[in-house]
Amino acid sequence: MFAVFRDLIRYNLEFTIGLILVGFVVIFAALSFFSPVDPTLIYMTIPDQPPSGQYWFGTNSRGQDLFWQLSAAFKNSLIFGITVAVLSRIISIAVGLLSGYAGGWVDRVLMFINDIFVAVPIFPILVLFYFVLRNSLDSFTLALIMACFGWPFDARLIRSVALGLKHREFTRHAVFAGMSTSKVLLEEHLPYVMPIVFATFMNNMLWSIGLEVTMAVLGFTNLNNPTIGTVLYWANSHSAMMVGVWWWILIPVVLIVITFIGLFLLAMSMNEYIDPRSRLRRMGA
Amino acid sequence: MHSYLWFVGKRILQLLAVIFCGVSATFLVTHLSPIDPVEQVLGRLSARSNLSPEAIASTRAALTELYGTGQPIVTQYFNFWMRLLRGDLGPSLLAFPTPSMELVARALPWTLGLLTTSTLITFIIGNLFGALAGYNPDNRFFQAFGIVAIAVQPIPYYVVAFILLVIFGFLWPVLPISGGFAMDVRPGLTLTYIGSILQHSILPALSLVLVGFGGWFLGMRALVSNIVNDDYVTYAELGGVSRRTIVDAYVIRNAMVPQLTALAMALGGVFSGTVITEQVFNYPGIGSLLIDGVNYGDYSLVLAVSTVSITAVALAIFIVDLLHPLLDPRVRTE
Repeated sequence: MFAVFRDLIRYNLEFTIGLILVGFVVIFAALSFFSPVDPTLIYMTIPDQPPSGQYWFGTNSRGQDLFWQLSAAFKNSLIFGITVAVLSRIISIAVGLLSGYAGGWVDRVLMFINDIFVAVPIFPILVLFYFVLRNSLDSFTLALIMACFGWPFDARLIRSVALGLKHREFTRHAVFAGMSTSKVLLEEHLPYVMPIVFATFMNNMLWSIGLEVTMAVLGFTNLNNPTIGTVLYWANSHSAMMVGVWWWILIPVVLIVITFIGLFLLAMSMNEYIDPRSRLRRMGA
Repeated sequence: MHSYLWFVGKRILQLLAVIFCGVSATFLVTHLSPIDPVEQVLGRLSARSNLSPEAIASTRAALTELYGTGQPIVTQYFNFWMRLLRGDLGPSLLAFPTPSMELVARALPWTLGLLTTSTLITFIIGNLFGALAGYNPDNRFFQAFGIVAIAVQPIPYYVVAFILLVIFGFLWPVLPISGGFAMDVRPGLTLTYIGSILQHSILPALSLVLVGFGGWFLGMRALVSNIVNDDYVTYAELGGVSRRTIVDAYVIRNAMVPQLTALAMALGGVFSGTVITEQVFNYPGIGSLLIDGVNYGDYSLVLAVSTVSITAVALAIFIVDLLHPLLDPRVRTE
């Protein structure tokens, strides 16, 4: 594991840049654990102060210190992304490994369901959930719903690897040695699909945080919970750009761009690393 | 030919299953919720006007019959399908008493036009440039293009659309930033009307293209840079086949197969992006309709938009899937 990491940093500039960008955002988000103010409260400071020594990122029209507000927002959004990614990874690993190993009708049924989930557009369904749940749609429920839709593409990737593993020598040894199916899958096959799981983890986070931003800027989430999307929502609803409170828009947008590019670079460089042909080309072999 | 029909038949079955599951999900989500549409509508109505208790009681009875909420859920489900097949999901509240399906039908051409054009432009530009970049890895122009693609591609739709809005709305106001056509133009088959539509669609389309092209570019570049090292390409180069033929017939054609699958898978996401784009640029499409419906608490309109959009996306994926055998002869003979 450590060697992989070292190789990636040494040969892959994109990975290093991505790691620095994501690291920066994670540290910034983690600062909110030491936040002196409760980010959900409003009118705690003088509104509309430009960035200064006292308020690094300025304050918004709701009287919140933007530095701590954004720090909490990024923490919540990152936690949201990780929750969706972990939950949907569990589904995709289970479906992918089982489908590839069992084959036959199990495979056909699972992949049929899989293809249905790929084709159903998630956005109208999420809006529908908001429509009926209204303000009881909290982050965790939203994460749960998104996780139910975020697995099918990755399950197919995992299945394609599992299909190849099924006919390898060690699988047959394990089966003859009397290992149960669940043990074969978890102890023998799971390690082989871990690189895919990590790469898709980042992609899934990009997808879910992006969707959360989308839902929030439309006002379709719990707006009192600071996230990347709700910060933009409030900035828009106070017409921040119009009244000249540019830092309320510019700083979050810059941080969002940093987060997304960082996560994307990590996902992309890991994907490339998984493919031995492109890895060798990069190492100059 | 026989195997192609078999392939089409399997896809049709899948299409029906997707539509069935998607529409059933919309039904379940809306009907298993604790919120009663009848009471919501009544709240809306009585908030705006003074109704007598008798009028409220009769409206409640009429609405209960309209939404069928008094019956057991299985009957409701069955009735829902019957009404859907007749294309009647009840009147919308937003523009009472226009049927909500009519509102959707009015908005659908706008979304379809915007979505089809921008997706086609994105797909063609991204793949063409990606293929050239993969085939000429040392070209400075394509290297720079790749860096731009990496920087723009992961940014959420909303942020890109918003940045465009700020640039063209505040800093350099040359393009219309809101609406489907200019207010002073009368709809009809005139040059000014069509020109106005095109002018108003530039920014929404541009935001969709900007977000979309990077993914195709990067995917195609990665695919092509692997294919270029394959034996048959080296063989063709040694055999003196012209570069054009190699790129067109050997490289792009092979790389297009996974890209076409990816297109089918991306369509659902592209639709989500359109909703945001329409909202940001105030475009009169189905996405704006959905958002208005939700904000207004318009039950039947939201149901209508969801079912139509799920069906439309499933149909689009089906059409892309049918193109598959044209590119990949293995699908035909499978």
